[in-house]
Amino acid sequence: MPSRASLIVERPASPVRWRVRNCENVPMLYLDHAATTVVRPEVRAAMAPFADQMFGNPSGIHGVSRAAKNAMEEARERAAELLGADKPLEIIFTAGGTEADNLAIVGAALAGGRRRPIVTSAIEHEAVLESARFAQRLGCELTIVGVDSAGRVAAHEVAAACRDGAIVSVMAANNETGALQPISEIAAAATAAADGVAVHTDAVQAFISEEVTAAATGVDMISLAAHKLGGPKGVGLLYVRDGIPLEPVIHGGGQELGRRSGTHNVGGIVGLVTAMTLSVADRDRFRERVGGARDRFEAVLAVEVGGIELTVGEPRLVQHSHLRIPGIPSETLLIRLDQAGVAAAAGSACQSGAIETSHVLAAMGANDAVATESLRFTFGWVNDVGDGEDAAKRVAAVVGELR
Amino acid sequence: MRALVAMSGGVDSSVAAALMLEQGHDVVGVTLKQWQGADGSMPTSGCCTVADAEDARRVAAQLDVPYYVLDYVADFRERVVEPFGAAYAAGRTPNPCIDCNRRVRFRTLLERTTALGCDVLVTGHYARVRHRGGRYRLLRGVDPGKDQSYVLHMLGQTELAKVLLPIGEFNKLSVRDHATRLGLRTAAKPDSQDICFVKGDYRDFLRENFTDVAQPGPIVDTAGAVVGAHGGTVDFTIGQRKGLGVAFGEPRYVVDLDPGTATVTIGNRRDLEVSGCRLEELSFVSGTAPPNGARLSVKVRYRAEPVVALYEHNGQGPFVRFADPQRAVAPGQAAVIYDGEEVVGGGTISEVMR
Repeated sequence: MPSRASLIVERPASPVRWRVRNCENVPMLYLDHAATTVVRPEVRAAMAPFADQMFGNPSGIHGVSRAAKNAMEEARERAAELLGADKPLEIIFTAGGTEADNLAIVGAALAGGRRRPIVTSAIEHEAVLESARFAQRLGCELTIVGVDSAGRVAAHEVAAACRDGAIVSVMAANNETGALQPISEIAAAATAAADGVAVHTDAVQAFISEEVTAAATGVDMISLAAHKLGGPKGVGLLYVRDGIPLEPVIHGGGQELGRRSGTHNVGGIVGLVTAMTLSVADRDRFRERVGGARDRFEAVLAVEVGGIELTVGEPRLVQHSHLRIPGIPSETLLIRLDQAGVAAAAGSACQSGAIETSHVLAAMGANDAVATESLRFTFGWVNDVGDGEDAAKRVAAVVGELR
Repeated sequence: MRALVAMSGGVDSSVAAALMLEQGHDVVGVTLKQWQGADGSMPTSGCCTVADAEDARRVAAQLDVPYYVLDYVADFRERVVEPFGAAYAAGRTPNPCIDCNRRVRFRTLLERTTALGCDVLVTGHYARVRHRGGRYRLLRGVDPGKDQSYVLHMLGQTELAKVLLPIGEFNKLSVRDHATRLGLRTAAKPDSQDICFVKGDYRDFLRENFTDVAQPGPIVDTAGAVVGAHGGTVDFTIGQRKGLGVAFGEPRYVVDLDPGTATVTIGNRRDLEVSGCRLEELSFVSGTAPPNGARLSVKVRYRAEPVVALYEHNGQGPFVRFADPQRAVAPGQAAVIYDGEEVVGGGTISEVMR
């Protein structure tokens, strides 16, 4: 019998000196960790046995299956614990955050042949917004609540939009601006406003640095993706409070109690839960170290480059720096930064690779200049305060050339 | 020097990027996203598609150069697509590639070249730039079948100082051979023929996007007698013979379009003949106009051969007078003036002279 894979990691390894080079052969300072981040070495090690030693399909009767099944169920128990769930079967493994969002919105809104009303916000990730619009096309009533100029959703506006049986979805923190949302307040207000309301939060971006649990927030559904936490791409989960019915969106062999079919990505699931474990264990240090890098970045940038404008104030994710450098189009700046060895982002890229106008900034009432001159630097578990300073100096040098 | 190479995903711009590298320069590849569907997506067929951007990206990766897709959708709509529709609505036959070169590619993109960290802008056009005696000259490409100097006639000294056209020194066959030698995935890719932002028939595109081009009206003969009816001047261009919907003993051609009254005038072959045309948006490569009455040659369509003409200028503005009458000269098309291999300048045909 192969040995059980260890999910227990006592303490995370110290950040590796991790670097890639761009095509100018300049050492690349990667500051797009919100897009995706480096797989943690412990995750990689925990996943390795599932390629060969523990390759089994958990849905089988023999020992090879049992080994895989055991590893997966142990991971499920651990995930439930980390999310403050009551039962392990409240965790549904998916192929990523987008699928978890689809299952939460579409699955909950259509369950039992119903067409439950949906209330969400204008700054949600497309995975939520487009799922909500899809459900709307199938007959669900959809209300999209706006945000204030600081990019925050107001709990009372969400509550006012709730009718009986509503599915509410508001993200824990915005993936572009980093603005934290008052999710506990929203959950309390929404459930008090009408009967049978179910509240979902997309915590894909927040989980690495913010405590998000079902117990603490009072939400009924939580989406997570492994790759934002130092885990692999293509795996995530949806926490669903027991008793909330879901219509499956992926149909087939009936895995995950029929709620999500498809052969389990066992190695990925182990990688996801290892990354969650490390994120939770490392969270305080992450906030201090990575937040320190972000703070140094902004402090040095403010001195070296005049007139920078932070898009949102506190509370925001410690790893996010979303800002505007007036007079410099972000598209041009990002290209120059790439050549200078800084990987950053603005909005999201379309299929072709062009930068699209941000619906988040539009929802905040940003004018064209703000929309086209804003960019996002996001720090990750590999960064330290020196990276923040280095990045600010490189950005300042490029801005100096462009001015 | 660092070159910004406008890569369309075709073989010519792929090889242009490769040639710049071979000449020892640094290269940054870009594709302009110029058009998108109502859902925000890039077209999936025709030129300017996701697949074309992907080809450009893969060639850039193969050449190991950075590559970006730049968002020119708003710019392109305002500077190329809207004027394209407006020109048809005015009964003209526009050349959107020329508008793109004049107003986007060699204007806004060229102006951004420095900001993007580059010294020159490189495209895959078949034309040649020469620098001699402190002046830049624009010559036809060496491949007579592929020469694209016609669509570059608006380039002046300021632009040419920052533009390189390495492909113009070769014929198409050797460009493809070179792409094959380098193993570029675009080596055997067919040339694009269509307007990049139009999928299918441009008339359908116009009807969908510009409602004022589809006013039904009469078809009249040169004497003004009504001989038929049509569903919109958009379906006609000067010189068109097929699809008139009316039958005659001898061939009839579209000789005039009046969008004001939605009237299409048809006539015989002789009625198509014009003696000259007036020009607007006129520019000269050297920056100065040739002397009044200069005997040069003029090309009035992309696929026409240059013909002998006199460049003249009177109180009503500049015009060219053909040595022999020319047929199918359509307002909206460019008239490009050559002196042998060299582009003198050119402009847009505003009016024909019978």
